[in-house]
Amino acid sequence: MNIYIASLFEGFWLNIRLFILTLVMSIPLGLVITFGSMSKFRPLRWLVRTFVWIIRGTPLMLQLFVVLYSPGLLFGVPMKSRMTAAIIAFVVNYAAYLSEIYRGGIESIPKGQYEAGAVLGMTKSQVFFKVILLQVVKRIVPPMSNEIITLTKDTALARVIGIAEIIMCAERFTKQGLIWPLFSTGLFFLVFNGVLTLVLGWLERKLDYFKV
Amino acid sequence: MPILEVKNISKRFGDTEVIKDISFSLEKGETLSVIGSSGSGKTTLLRCLNFLETPDAGTITVNGEVIFDAADPMSRSEKGIREKRLHFGLVFQSFNLFPQYTALQNVTLAGMLLAKERPDYKERKSQIHEEIISNAKTILDSVGLSSKLDNYPHQLSGGQQQRVAIARALALNPDILCFDEPTSALDPELTGEVLRVIRELAERKTTMIIVTHEMSFARQVSDNVLFMDEGFVVEYGPPEQVIGNPQEDRTKQFLERYFENGNN
Ligand SMILES: Nc1ncnc2c1ncn2[C@@H]1O[C@H](COP(=O)(O)OP(=O)(O)O)[C@@H](O)[C@H]1O
Ligand SMILES: [Mg+2]
Repeated sequence: MNIYIASLFEGFWLNIRLFILTLVMSIPLGLVITFGSMSKFRPLRWLVRTFVWIIRGTPLMLQLFVVLYSPGLLFGVPMKSRMTAAIIAFVVNYAAYLSEIYRGGIESIPKGQYEAGAVLGMTKSQVFFKVILLQVVKRIVPPMSNEIITLTKDTALARVIGIAEIIMCAERFTKQGLIWPLFSTGLFFLVFNGVLTLVLGWLERKLDYFKV
Repeated sequence: MPILEVKNISKRFGDTEVIKDISFSLEKGETLSVIGSSGSGKTTLLRCLNFLETPDAGTITVNGEVIFDAADPMSRSEKGIREKRLHFGLVFQSFNLFPQYTALQNVTLAGMLLAKERPDYKERKSQIHEEIISNAKTILDSVGLSSKLDNYPHQLSGGQQQRVAIARALALNPDILCFDEPTSALDPELTGEVLRVIRELAERKTTMIIVTHEMSFARQVSDNVLFMDEGFVVEYGPPEQVIGNPQEDRTKQFLERYFENGNN
């Protein structure tokens, strides 16, 4: 019995690593993409928005295969590790989604907030960091929470490029005639998402002291 | 010497010229009301003074110093604008308070940020902060909000929010304080408290430009009234003349329409 549980934990550790690395990298990368997609320089804006459109309009599963195989097949430099390929695909995919959430948040802040800061002699960066940013954060926490919960479950997709994440581990046992490991993977996700929901809810309440 | 001289200011958006060749001047301590129907360019005029729009022609002179000259490319540059716009304060129709800050913080924020540029900031940091806070408290007290220092904007009524916004503008001690229809977004029963504050400012000889639809208020507090129509200054003079005994047909029509609609 223990060997099964150990195997599931080992698999889930991969899910968690993928989850954390994706979040840590896609959150800032998303912001960079946002600035590109809001740039006053038209060609850049157009390029970035097209890129976001492609990423959001195609399956993550396809993107995983593309990242894994195209360096080798197109340029003769095969991807060194499957995990690296998975991380790249996930980070780019989630950064594209997050960038749209950021953009929505930034664009929803009324012009009057910028103008009020400006007439009070604030610099553009002071207006952004002291006035705008926290309002944007407050607005994007709920949609970001959704993305983050979705990400935990999406990590299971990494198996399509051969990453032995938890569901892949559990499926091996079904070949030995065992079904409960498969069921119990659900528990891992439920517990993990339960904790996440609590943390994100706490963050949302932390920002409850003001209204935007 | 007038504190403000506006000469031949024009502003166009695309093909439409929104304000046309506007000139007027303002003495220190004077209250000027700007009246006119909606779309006549009143907001645009205030936004030009506050550098939220760049006029296409004309000059703006404060205390004898030309702070804007459309013919001089230098004065269109971003550099220096920040300093120059501090000659003016602006109170918006929709308050535009910062929602994540308390009333007191709204009033102190800009001052705190500006103080960082002072040469003695490092040595006197805590003292400077105390000065800014005590100044802000005095101002909030003068607009009747000493009991609301720690309230966030959403916890305040519209009238209270607008008074915080006035305090916020006053805290930077502008030479000229501009109001863009400060009571238009308020329920009628809340306009009184805001008008009272502005009236007190006028009595204390604060130099002000007030865009307003409150005709009887304008008549009482203004030293001069400027009537705008379709981007032009149509009539200018003391309120007894422009509101009480207008000379121009367009002013008469505007006022007739205004009083017919049941306003007072
Ligand atoms: N940013 C802008 N772009 C295009 N047109 C504008 C802009 N701002 C104002 N206008 C137009 O300029 C005219 C004057 O507007 P405004 O100054 O707001 O008048 P008022 O404050 O007297 O109602 C209106 O016709 C308005 O539609
Ligand atoms: Mg207006």
